[in-house]
Amino acid sequence: MILLQLHEPGETPAPHESERGLAVGIDLGTTNSLVAISREEKPEVLRDPKGNGIVPSVVAYGEDPVPLVGDAARRMLLDQPEIVVSSIKRLMGRGKADLKGVGGTLPYEIADDTGGVLRLAVGGRRLTPVEISADILRALKARAEEALAHAVDRAVITVPAYFDDAARTATRDAARVAGLEVLRLVNEPTAAALAYGLDRGAEGLYAVYDLGGGTFDFSLLRMEKGVFQVLATGGDAQLGGDDFDELIAERFLAERKAQGAPSPTPAETKQILATARLAKECLTTHPLGNWAIEAGGVSTRHALDVPSFEALIAPLVERTAKIVSRVLDDAGVAQAEVKGMVLVGGSTRVPLVRRRVGTLIGKPPLGDINPDEVVALGAALQAEALTRGSDTLLLDVTPLSLGIETMGGLVEKVIPRNTPIPVAQAQDFTTFQDGQTAMMIHVLQGERELAQECRSLGRFELHGIPPMVAGAARIRVAFTVDADGLLSVSASELTTGIESKVEVKPSYGLAPEDMIRMLSESQEHAKTDMAMRILIEAQVDARRLLASLRPALAADGDLLSRQERAALDAAIRAVEKALPGRDRDAILKAMETLEALSKPFAERRMDRGIRDALAGTKVETLAARIGAASES
Amino acid sequence: MSLAETKTNGEGAPAATCWRCRALVGIEAAACKGCGVLQPPRPVDYFTRLGLKRAFGIERAELERHYFDLQRRFHPDRFAGRPAEERALALRHATALNEAYDRLKTPLRRAEYLLTLLDPAYKRDDSVTEKDPELLMEALEKREALAEAADTVAIDRLASAARVETEACLVRIARAFDSASLAEADRDIARLKYLSKFLEDARDRRRTLSEGAAA
Repeated sequence: MILLQLHEPGETPAPHESERGLAVGIDLGTTNSLVAISREEKPEVLRDPKGNGIVPSVVAYGEDPVPLVGDAARRMLLDQPEIVVSSIKRLMGRGKADLKGVGGTLPYEIADDTGGVLRLAVGGRRLTPVEISADILRALKARAEEALAHAVDRAVITVPAYFDDAARTATRDAARVAGLEVLRLVNEPTAAALAYGLDRGAEGLYAVYDLGGGTFDFSLLRMEKGVFQVLATGGDAQLGGDDFDELIAERFLAERKAQGAPSPTPAETKQILATARLAKECLTTHPLGNWAIEAGGVSTRHALDVPSFEALIAPLVERTAKIVSRVLDDAGVAQAEVKGMVLVGGSTRVPLVRRRVGTLIGKPPLGDINPDEVVALGAALQAEALTRGSDTLLLDVTPLSLGIETMGGLVEKVIPRNTPIPVAQAQDFTTFQDGQTAMMIHVLQGERELAQECRSLGRFELHGIPPMVAGAARIRVAFTVDADGLLSVSASELTTGIESKVEVKPSYGLAPEDMIRMLSESQEHAKTDMAMRILIEAQVDARRLLASLRPALAADGDLLSRQERAALDAAIRAVEKALPGRDRDAILKAMETLEALSKPFAERRMDRGIRDALAGTKVETLAARIGAASES
Repeated sequence: MSLAETKTNGEGAPAATCWRCRALVGIEAAACKGCGVLQPPRPVDYFTRLGLKRAFGIERAELERHYFDLQRRFHPDRFAGRPAEERALALRHATALNEAYDRLKTPLRRAEYLLTLLDPAYKRDDSVTEKDPELLMEALEKREALAEAADTVAIDRLASAARVETEACLVRIARAFDSASLAEADRDIARLKYLSKFLEDARDRRRTLSEGAAA
């Protein structure tokens, strides 16, 4: 940079935001994902040239080293289901034991689940859910960079409020693999409330009912003068529109079995699920429909009408209703106090869901911001708030209780659910055997009383406890949850003053080596789109040069002769002309010319700046002397 | 409202040194005057932390206004672009504010805390219900009535009576604190504890009953 930026004495230069990549908001959904950006509190979804904002969360691993993501991948589902992965979000932070199939067949092939790390076999590759999510995030990043013609390297990513620590950590890791710095993980209902609150100026007590493809969240918030305070939250990380599809698929499969069709392969299961999804979407607007399934050489026809569909899904909708009343109870809030309920997520389009939700708070639900887009818009607003500064404040809570396992497989809760975050809480435990020098600490998340019924987040051992009689040692276990909802746990022995401390980052089974390998692979991957990146960098440099030159010319244009000014203006126009193009060399060449021409101008400005600064000092000293004289 | 203003130091007030520029920083100052960086949260009581007077009678709205104002200043989101050390300090501030807010927002927990704060030597006897046979009898009778309540209407009647009593109890506790009669406050805190447990049980019972009816 050859232009000297001049600042008033005492004024610190604004951080060079323009030199960094842009920060976006990402809704990484089970079925669909979106990326949005906000400028001056006006968020907008970034779309492809055809105007589509939605990127289906579907990845196809074909021959090409770069996977296909989005609509193109979804189209492959019917022809080549064995290379396509969808709904990967449901496997984030999960192990094999968590998987559930359709009619006993999983729509995935498990390659490996040794050491708790789940890998899917897809298109001849063995991939973890983190890597597959990273591919979706990479595609979203690329979409944003194309739409903005600017590098994007930071993001606010939304997660279901009910996501446990393992799933949150997995999401964060996926972003790192995709080359995105996570500014903040924000809970989806909170992001939706942010978009609503800022857009509509809503104030008071609001509820957000978020039924997506794979997860259900319900949050109760108070919105007041830019503060978004979550009072209580609840949900089910394994309940969403996908479960509606599965119920329809189960029914179709039973009908096929009755007609003598063989059990489907994993690939056929994917196709049947895709048909079930079409049936569900059709029944949102039509009273009945008819679908054909051709698999294993047997073709069958299946009819379904709205009453039968609603009877199938009614138990799931009731499950959400039960969660709603529990959250209201937890917060000590009566139905009538809730001013409005915001609907989020594609599954809230199902008429039965809308009808049932209306009866839950006795008011018609609000759905006037597109329920598919509202979460991404909120995430973009928060990304802007974190990079440009703002007055809004999100205060969230822990969705699930956190604790450790004690004697007899019981759970001792250390941080109860709905505690405002960030939070730090410690609890003291003791030894149960004489001379015990080590203690196993098993970190758990969930509401159940028995350890085996809660989610295990990690185990670690505290060593070096001095030998004492049983019950004499005091072991302090400290839990810390940060503003992203991520947990860390440490333990120390207090009685002797000897502090043997272990830091643990509960993980979902991904070893550090795995993480390192993924990161290095992602760098390999990055080389393929290096060309795009260096083009974007050149564009960023050129914009920065123009941005610093324009105000300088406005302020000190008188330092130039008319000819010099004309030459400089022509060089500026040349840079502006090259900027939107894809020719990096042309941009660099135009910039070089402009830099050379502006050099003398910069030097003259510097001289004038120093002169002014010196003059300024003199006036100040003079003023100080006068002040001193009048006081004495 | 700021931490720096919560307590005015006189001459020779204790001071710490700034973790970055080593300049002297007033013990209550949130940021260093010299280099402007955030200082660690000081070990103060929860009332001081939120800039409130040490009293039981705090309006919820006032508590929240202070809490929100301070979170606006110290929340880690406000320090997103700052160096890691400062972000870590912001996290500690926000955590300390949440802890104070959580402790003071419900009257029962606020009363218990204020009692230990006003007299650290004061030992609360948890089995106070056993020393207060009247309260014990009453608690047993109410529990029985709740167990026998056959429908939600009966439960609601019991709960609303308990709520009326809670209000009266809160007034008595406030008066006891105002006149510094800690033993009196303690007795009514025991009653308040029993009442909130009763209301919680009533809520659970109501839920089981209505869920049973729905199934």
